[in-house]
Amino acid sequence: MILKGKVHKYGDDVNTDEIIPARYLNTINPEELAKHCMEDIDKEFVKKVSSRDVIVAGKNFGCGSSREHAPLCIKAVGVSCVIAESFARIFFRNAINIGLPILESKEASNKIKNGDELEINIKEGKIKNLTSHQTYSANPFPDFLLKIISSDGLLKYIKR
Amino acid sequence: MAMNITEKILAQGCGKKSVAPGDFIECNVDIALSNDVTAPLAIEEFKKAGGKRVFDKDKIVLVPDHFCPNKDIKSAEQVKILREFAKEQKIKHFFEVGVMGIEHALLPEEGIVLPGDIIIGADSHTCTYGALGAFATGVGSTDVAACMITGKVWFKVPSTIKFIFNGKLNKWVTGKDLILYLIGDIGVDGANYKAIELTGETIKNLTMSDRFTMCNMAIEAGGKSGIIAPDKKTIDYVESRAERPYEIYESDKNAKYEKVIEYDCSKIEPLVAFPPLPSNTRQVKEAGNIKIDQSVIGSCTNGRIEDLRLAAKIFKGRKVHHDVRTIIFPATQKIYLQAIKEGLIEIFINSGCAVSTPTCGPCLGGHMGILAKGERAIATTNRNFIGRMGHPESEVYLSNPAVAAASAITGKISLPDDL
Repeated sequence: MILKGKVHKYGDDVNTDEIIPARYLNTINPEELAKHCMEDIDKEFVKKVSSRDVIVAGKNFGCGSSREHAPLCIKAVGVSCVIAESFARIFFRNAINIGLPILESKEASNKIKNGDELEINIKEGKIKNLTSHQTYSANPFPDFLLKIISSDGLLKYIKR
Repeated sequence: MAMNITEKILAQGCGKKSVAPGDFIECNVDIALSNDVTAPLAIEEFKKAGGKRVFDKDKIVLVPDHFCPNKDIKSAEQVKILREFAKEQKIKHFFEVGVMGIEHALLPEEGIVLPGDIIIGADSHTCTYGALGAFATGVGSTDVAACMITGKVWFKVPSTIKFIFNGKLNKWVTGKDLILYLIGDIGVDGANYKAIELTGETIKNLTMSDRFTMCNMAIEAGGKSGIIAPDKKTIDYVESRAERPYEIYESDKNAKYEKVIEYDCSKIEPLVAFPPLPSNTRQVKEAGNIKIDQSVIGSCTNGRIEDLRLAAKIFKGRKVHHDVRTIIFPATQKIYLQAIKEGLIEIFINSGCAVSTPTCGPCLGGHMGILAKGERAIATTNRNFIGRMGHPESEVYLSNPAVAAASAITGKISLPDDL
């Protein structure tokens, strides 16, 4: 799977309250949640994001609450992939479980700038920066997780 | 092979003699919890995956506590999904308003979670139950949906950081201050993917209430779980509540740890975590002149009877500052009733505090005490992220109940000794 998109860059410790504030959690409709994606960290995000764009962040992305609404709204707003130096563990689990592509790479997180254009090979974990002409490698997924990812999420995996 | 308490519980849960950090395992789950925010998604996924009956109606727990009593029509619709599912599946542990409490205070109180259990919850503070010597961790709605079908969950066995707390507690220092100190030391991702094992003389001397508070905030250091080995206090707590047998585990003497960190508690003073991270801790006496608009005492972190007793001790015979709204949330109905019997509620109301039915309410900016732009709250809750209690430009400062009560009286962040 090759993805192409423009980068929206954020810092360390982006938490789930910033990704989708709790005041909107009285619904599970992904489209409605998407209207408020990243609202408390970047009010303009939903206006400037285009389908297939990429979020790049620092350490501990998605820390805080266990709300699956966070990866769901990121997916629903059209973001094709999240790259971070590291992910908080519940967000990591949830993203894999619902089929939101995520990649962990310290180098990519450090070097990619806001607005850069990326080409990402999810399966190989290769990230090409079309703006700065650099390439980065993401940490490979363990086999067990690859099975869930290739089944397109946890529920399809357990059905097998 | 020598194992620590977390590895022993997980090995038993997946039917192996031993496990080691990094192993991928599939465990049987003793309790799977979700609430009015996370259960509707889990139920939808359960049905989409073709789920007909839950694997065990006694092992599923549904607690509508976040936007309950229903704050608006949308919330009412969410809770209705839980209620109908509970009826359809004959779920034993569904808690309607009136018997409902904040999940992480309620489940231990009801004896639903027990030592040695493997517990998953679609709520990040599920790690609270580690105080009973259980392996308890937060997951997402899809994990709970899968578990409701299979009764199982996958884990990567975490490595463990062992913390040893020794020394006598200073005046006004509680379990809340110890865990804030730990988070301040290792940071909000200091234990990401790892188990936090709390040990030492000071932990042994803590009440169960303080132990719950500490394990509750393991997630605030990124922890997969927090755990305290059961002792006589734990057994005294669970004995009268347990409706099924339970297992006591403890770490082997030569168990392996990723790291061992030791703290001298005589050096720990009452702390306050400044926004926007729980790791942003300072001593209360060095907080400076921080005026507050609201004080919130309660939540799954600090809403137990011991917390209310501590707050009442400060409020007795004193009045809340005229510029401050103080809201007290007993975490469960039993705690509320006990507080009435002990005269605590009378003290609170005489001081000018509002007392609420149990709810997660303001802790997550849901309802019942939302902040306006530019307002500031001191709270005994667990998170002070941007916009956590309301407007993105409002602020939350985290403290123990004595500091939150004293601050409510003076109108600025204060120690009880400042009164």
